[in-house]
Amino acid sequence: MTPFVYARADSLGDTIAAGAAPDSAFLAGGTELLNWLRLGIAEPTRIIDISRLDGLDQIEALPGGGLTIGAVTHLNDVAQHALVMRDYPVLSQAILHAASPQLRNLATIGGNLLQKTRCAYFRAEEQLPCNKRQLGSGCSALHGINDNHAIFGWTKDCVATQPSDPAVALAALDAVVVTAHRSGGRRIPAAEFHLLPDTRPEADNVLQQGELITAIELPAAAPRSAYLKVRERESYEYAIVSAAAVLEMDGQTIRRAAVALGSVALRPWRLSTAEEQLAGTELGDREALSTAIEQSFAEARPLSQNAYKIELAKTAALRAIERAARMPS
Amino acid sequence: MNFHDRHLLRLRVNGEDHSLSDLDPRVTLLDLLRERLHLTGTKKGCNFGECGACTVHLDGRRVNACMILAVSCEGREVTTIEGLGNGDALHPVQQAFIDHDGFQCGFCTPGQVMSAAALIEEGHTGSDAEIREWMSGNLCRCSAYPQIVEAVRAAAGRVSQ
Ligand SMILES: Cc1cc2nc3c(=O)[nH]c(=O)nc-3n(C[C@H](O)[C@H](O)[C@H](O)COP(=O)(O)OP(=O)(O)OC[C@H]3O[C@@H](n4cnc5c(N)ncnc54)[C@H](O)[C@@H]3O)c2cc1C
Ligand code: SF4
Ligand code: FES
Ligand code: FES
Repeated sequence: MTPFVYARADSLGDTIAAGAAPDSAFLAGGTELLNWLRLGIAEPTRIIDISRLDGLDQIEALPGGGLTIGAVTHLNDVAQHALVMRDYPVLSQAILHAASPQLRNLATIGGNLLQKTRCAYFRAEEQLPCNKRQLGSGCSALHGINDNHAIFGWTKDCVATQPSDPAVALAALDAVVVTAHRSGGRRIPAAEFHLLPDTRPEADNVLQQGELITAIELPAAAPRSAYLKVRERESYEYAIVSAAAVLEMDGQTIRRAAVALGSVALRPWRLSTAEEQLAGTELGDREALSTAIEQSFAEARPLSQNAYKIELAKTAALRAIERAARMPS
Repeated sequence: MNFHDRHLLRLRVNGEDHSLSDLDPRVTLLDLLRERLHLTGTKKGCNFGECGACTVHLDGRRVNACMILAVSCEGREVTTIEGLGNGDALHPVQQAFIDHDGFQCGFCTPGQVMSAAALIEEGHTGSDAEIREWMSGNLCRCSAYPQIVEAVRAAAGRVSQ
């Protein structure tokens, strides 16, 4: 680990001022950052501990409906909050399927969105060709081990996936990432927070140096929502594919559906084309549901070892929709 | 904001207050416990958050000590396996692990026990499936999982009596 200096943040103003200096990094739960420091993925010289910043660990109902979740709220506290469990089961389920109970007591909801790909070449202890580690060095996975890599939105520069579970739920919920920065804050739609590798393969998301996530905002309650995670072992494992579904129903007919897939691209993948066709579909009509989902897979492109993920993802989407429909509203 | 490359750290470990000077901010809580406080009951398995051998309680919540910078624990309270029982009396979870053969080599056991003690407090003992899920952050290379579930179930009954 390269040496760094450390300070505990005490005010929001100081935090975003200090964070703007190059080579500074925020520390929240540390469950990603510490591994990056060990592997040399990040080498900050100044660490700003935001984990005890006042006011960033609250969950509150918003006046016009919806919920705001402070960025340093621990994952377990988000998932087990009464309002999240009742009104946003998709988010609660996604979190409880992530990492381990101990890690979720440390990891924060803001930090979770900033985790990097689990691509083994990227995380290797010896440096291997990887454009995310060193731009221009190539992509070892493109013709290498890519059985768990992307089926959507990849380029020859990077075929990795974003592994976050909560991000998939937030994308389906049309959540908003609220930030603060020395030059002013922003509101970023969760589905547009992560970047595909087409323009800057080395970048993971839209944040600038020193931009602090202060909160995640959820829109109106989504009680008919569910998360499904398919993985090699039943617990404490990253997804092969996952699916988040959020439904509004008229009796047994879908009025509106939002579906996002996880671990299939470098960002949660909304099935927009399918969503349009799902509106007006009868829940009991499995064939119609499958046909609708199929529409969004026209743009799927398998790599040499991961064609199986296409079928898996379609099935996961279908099952997530059916699971969401069974949630009490 | 005051950045430093050496820190004074005050924290309470197993009921005892410590004041540690000249702390490099790169030191993890795990290394601090083992190397500076010589509390070697907390084990280092993977040092990447993947195995749970380093599980301790921080302000009463179970966490992976390998994923925490010690310097960030200023003013906080840590409980390790050495502090779980009451003097020479074993904690009910420790006794249950013995009664139910919850280990072979024992390397993962301190982490398992710390995790189980917290899980019982959290109330995640409704069924064997629930115990398994909420114990999943602790790997056991000897695969003592069935006995561990039995031990946790038994301890949960004893603690709640
Ligand atoms: C063994 C293991 C298994 C895991 N399994 C899963 C899984 O199945 N599913 C899943 O979703 N995740 C999984 N994770 C990832 C885990 O959820 C993340 O590491 C965690 O959520 C990151 O949050 P943190 O608070 O610890 O971030 P940190 O490590 O503190 O920070 C990560 C990055 O985000 C930045 N940052 C943090 N907070 C902010 C903020 N508010 N504003 C701006 N920048 C910020 C930091 O500067 C740093 O660059 C796993 C992790 C481990 C170690
Ligand atoms: S897929 Fe992306 S992260 Fe993996 S080796 Fe290729 S460039 Fe690196
Ligand atoms: S040593 Fe901390 S989780 Fe393995
Ligand atoms: S008893 Fe040997 S690793 Fe668990």
